Amino acid sequence: MTKPERHRRVRDGGVPLPLLLPAAIGVVFLVLPLLGLVLRAPWSELGARLAAPEVGQALRLSLVSATLATVASLVLGVPIAWVLARSRIRGRSVLRALVTVPLVLPPVVGGVALFLVLGRRGVVGQWLFETTGFTIPFTTLAVVLAETFVAMPFLVISVEGALRAADARFEDAAATLGADRWTTFRRVTLPLVAPGIAAGAVLCWARALGEFGATITFAGNFPGTTQTMPLAVYLALQSDPEAAIVLSLILLVVSLATLLLLRDRWLGRAGAAA
Amino acid sequence: MSLAASITVRRGGVTIDLDLDVADGEVLAVLGPNGAGKSTLLRVLAGLLSPDAGRVRVDGVDWDDAAAGVHLLAHERALGMVFQDNLLCPHLSAVDNVAFGLRTRGMRRAEARDRAVGWLARVGLDELGDRRPGQLSGGQAQRTALARALAPEPPLLLLDEPLSALDARTRLTVRAELRRHLAEFPGSTVLVTHDPVDAMALADRVMVVEDGRVVQAGTPVEVARRPRTDYVARLVGLSLLPGTGEGTTVRLDGGGAVAVAEPALGPVFVAVRPESVALYLARPEGSPRNVWPATLTGATPHGATVRCELDGEVPLVADVTATAFAELGLAPGSAVWATVKASEVAVYTR
Repeated sequence: MTKPERHRRVRDGGVPLPLLLPAAIGVVFLVLPLLGLVLRAPWSELGARLAAPEVGQALRLSLVSATLATVASLVLGVPIAWVLARSRIRGRSVLRALVTVPLVLPPVVGGVALFLVLGRRGVVGQWLFETTGFTIPFTTLAVVLAETFVAMPFLVISVEGALRAADARFEDAAATLGADRWTTFRRVTLPLVAPGIAAGAVLCWARALGEFGATITFAGNFPGTTQTMPLAVYLALQSDPEAAIVLSLILLVVSLATLLLLRDRWLGRAGAAA
Repeated sequence: MSLAASITVRRGGVTIDLDLDVADGEVLAVLGPNGAGKSTLLRVLAGLLSPDAGRVRVDGVDWDDAAAGVHLLAHERALGMVFQDNLLCPHLSAVDNVAFGLRTRGMRRAEARDRAVGWLARVGLDELGDRRPGQLSGGQAQRTALARALAPEPPLLLLDEPLSALDARTRLTVRAELRRHLAEFPGSTVLVTHDPVDAMALADRVMVVEDGRVVQAGTPVEVARRPRTDYVARLVGLSLLPGTGEGTTVRLDGGGAVAVAEPALGPVFVAVRPESVALYLARPEGSPRNVWPATLTGATPHGATVRCELDGEVPLVADVTATAFAELGLAPGSAVWATVKASEVAVYTR
């Protein structure tokens, strides 16, 4: 039997000028600002600035709230993804559209919406305040909620894609072995899509870490309770630009670390295969 | 009767309408081309698909009764199923895969593991229990899948093209092993396949399905010898030759011998597919081990091929292309040489 010869593309390295020029300009445009950040950083006093209590406070709050938002997104988002990918309930396309709205919604609008529902005068917030005396806005909980609202769709989309790519016949096989749908989900589906869930979680976490608009609208900007790194950067820029640069550098490092975590999935060979 | 099913499923333009009864210890092969509705039948029996009408009863219990609205879900049915591409969980070791069906049915972990190890030993994989499916060969994975299906000792075993993903050589050994396990299996077995050799070698009864309907049913020998439709003739036009295995040679009861790739001992059937028989006017060059002089006794065109009936020491049926038939100038009464590669001869115990 003869196999069809695989077509080999000749790589002569030549890029047509009409493509090369905009591509080069685009790359410079994307890289230059980051380079500027590194060049303008006050390297000599970096250590002292990093040691400043406000920096540590904002960084800690950012990491904790982004992690909590990711956990919340996992707990709620993975089931949503399963429903979208596997169930046969009606109106799934509408559900998918609704769930992904926060993806395209300006975050500030999300913050306003959260405020209208969960604020002291809000539909849910008023009831909560009257029964427990607790109000959500301007607390760390509000930060977590705002970040979850904005970041969860990234996880849902990512996990739904992984579920669709996973062979559902493994689940059929599990069913013929006596596994009900919940057991099948735990013991077969979840391990199969674990890499997709991990990638979605990293993406979700990165989005939550950078959240600004919904957070400042719904949670405010109080150092120690709601002032996350992006908020601190914005505030610092108005009073102490060098501090803003230092804070930005930290976020840049965290972002690059995230990219490294995802490297194998999206930039390496695995990405090419997927 | 252990399994009694009478089902109707409408899928797209095809209506699948099948009745089957399989006794305890019996193996029924459902043979047919792709799209005939074989896999749909298995999915209904497994509870992965609801029939539009009809019922499925196993050991006197209704698993499906469309009229009464009864439909047991797949996981509520006591059955084992082997899939074409094994579908072992890639993240579980071979032992854990085999133990899976025992654990879901409430067996404690240690006991399930012990049983699973025992089942792996029964399929000859004692040493490989800790391997992941990715580290097993195709044949080993399929044997693990068989152990996984059999471990819970279900009353019904469903085999969906269990050998078709294996290469030719592995298929021979796994087929022989499967035959041994099916002989020991006390429940009913339904085997779905498009390979007549699997059906002939493994089944007590064969049901040929075309376009969702049974076109012929009977014992393998009956179906192979007396195909009732053109389609069945093309599908199962095997030359089935009884003989006695003596290693890589089988002495035929009717005289002559056939060289085979897989050693066989004792009473066996040799099965030769018509398309693996080549015809020549002169004794072919080189030294193929299976060369017989024969006389063409009949020729029937089937589309682009001509089915040639050959008489001689070894009676065979050969399919040659219409072009080759014309080029060789064949006509009834022509003297020809027939050759078959040893690797294309299937052998199974009688």
